[in-house]
Amino acid sequence: MNAIAIDTNPPRASLRCYWLEARCEFLRVLRAPSFAVPTLVFAPMFYLLFGVLLNGGHGSKATSYLLATYGVFGVMAPGLFGFGVAMAMDRERGFLALKRAMPTPPAALLLAKMAMAMMFAALVSIILASLALTLGHVVLSPLQLLALFATNILGVLPFCAIGLYIGTVFSAQAAPAVINILYLPMAFLAGLWMPLSMLPALFAKLAPLWPAYHLAQIALAVLGLDNGGSVALHALVLLAVSAVFFGLARRRLARA
Amino acid sequence: MTTQTPDGGIALASLRSVHKAYGKVQALDGIDLEIHAGELLAVLGPNGAGKTTAIGLLLGLVRADDGEVRLFGQSPQQLAARRGIGVMLQSAGIPDTLRVGELLELTRSYYAAPRSIADCVAMAGLDGLLQRNYGKLSGGQQRRVQFALAICGRPRLLFLDEPTTGLDIEARQTLWRAIRELVAQGCGVLLTTHYLEEAEALADRVVVVNAGRVVAQGSVPAIRAHVAQRRIRCVTALDADAIARWPRVRSATRNDRRIEIVAESAEAIVRRLLAEDPALEELEVERAGLADAFVALTRTANEDTAAHKEAA
Repeated sequence: MNAIAIDTNPPRASLRCYWLEARCEFLRVLRAPSFAVPTLVFAPMFYLLFGVLLNGGHGSKATSYLLATYGVFGVMAPGLFGFGVAMAMDRERGFLALKRAMPTPPAALLLAKMAMAMMFAALVSIILASLALTLGHVVLSPLQLLALFATNILGVLPFCAIGLYIGTVFSAQAAPAVINILYLPMAFLAGLWMPLSMLPALFAKLAPLWPAYHLAQIALAVLGLDNGGSVALHALVLLAVSAVFFGLARRRLARA
Repeated sequence: MTTQTPDGGIALASLRSVHKAYGKVQALDGIDLEIHAGELLAVLGPNGAGKTTAIGLLLGLVRADDGEVRLFGQSPQQLAARRGIGVMLQSAGIPDTLRVGELLELTRSYYAAPRSIADCVAMAGLDGLLQRNYGKLSGGQQRRVQFALAICGRPRLLFLDEPTTGLDIEARQTLWRAIRELVAQGCGVLLTTHYLEEAEALADRVVVVNAGRVVAQGSVPAIRAHVAQRRIRCVTALDADAIARWPRVRSATRNDRRIEIVAESAEAIVRRLLAEDPALEELEVERAGLADAFVALTRTANEDTAAHKEAA
């Protein structure tokens, strides 16, 4: 009875706040060069350097392989850093408290950050594909391009969940360090910089422990370069990782 | 939707015998608080008295261990209840890279019938700032933006936590004017402040909190009356120690040519001073301010607590 009396916010106005929340989140991150530049530049730059220029005579197979894996490397960043560091900062500086005191729909905050991370993933994916198709002479069917794009955009979500959890646990000072410790070794151990077959056998055995490995296998499967595992199983692992870390983060936020 | 109180007023928000502990620290120890429409309630207390926790409870940021917290008759955790409030917190942590206009537009979208942007700009004094990045503004300008965000949804209840910290005198006066206008329109305002003259200038009712409990509440004159004392200053040749022994004089101290007397009432003392020293000059009489009352109230409460602990 009471709720109806007070809650006169029409549905359209509510939807508008979801859109504006996402827009603000995206603009805020885009205008922070310390985040936007590494995110949008690093993966394409490494790809250009190692995949295209210093190809080492491995031909288009290496260029294709690295298109898939640097795509994964690229989309990990907005998930981990965009969610993790921003969340730790918002928590510490009191912005999260202000948002929670204001009548902000709780889901709007989370969805806004997810939309922001997916936007960045889309941008990284488009930049990489453009480089591969032009300078890298990679040949892809439109369907493969689309599937790779979709993999990148959806693939950001498990890393959003991990980043969110880190952001709820560590301070704004510690979060970037923790994320870097996670990000760079995981990229290497999951075979994103060079195929696992070129690394000691132990690394290949441990690889299924890293979420990045599973996403890379899905992206490689699109290009026919995966090591033959089940795509559905990889997707299931990523789904489970997302669910577990979102759940943990929610519990921590509810207690805060 | 709102709870009727025994004295007939309508409470927009209330705390009833609320307890909250952080580990071993008892932040709130059975506090009662009520805020009504069309009144400005100032919550005063020393640092660590429990003001911030009390506000956190009413905003749904903190959960009570025991007792009842109500916002428009609902739990403050309910989004519907919070649609009736506006908030200005001590540390806003607003992202530096967002523009003032973007922040205002976003915050307005949380409410059903927000104020127009032009109204917000006029009330908070944001002329020419809409296109500026929040991080590029001065401290005072940022406070004004926060105030605009707090009032943009036409809240029925406004929470202002130390709203004028860092503002110059003129900006403070502008903000006070806006707050008075809102109260006159029927908005309830809960204000915490370190500036007692701010509470003196704005508050209809004052609640003094200490050690997680309300130690005094009432109008500003009523709180002042807790300390029934007058300060008398004059230049006189009379002996300060002798004056200190006069009836109803609490203390008399000489500072160079001037004597300062603290007494329960002024009239009898002044009459006797003038009679004993016809050459007396520069006579001043001052009543105790809110600041004196505040110090006295929180000191007595602390002594009580200390005595209680010793006895226990």
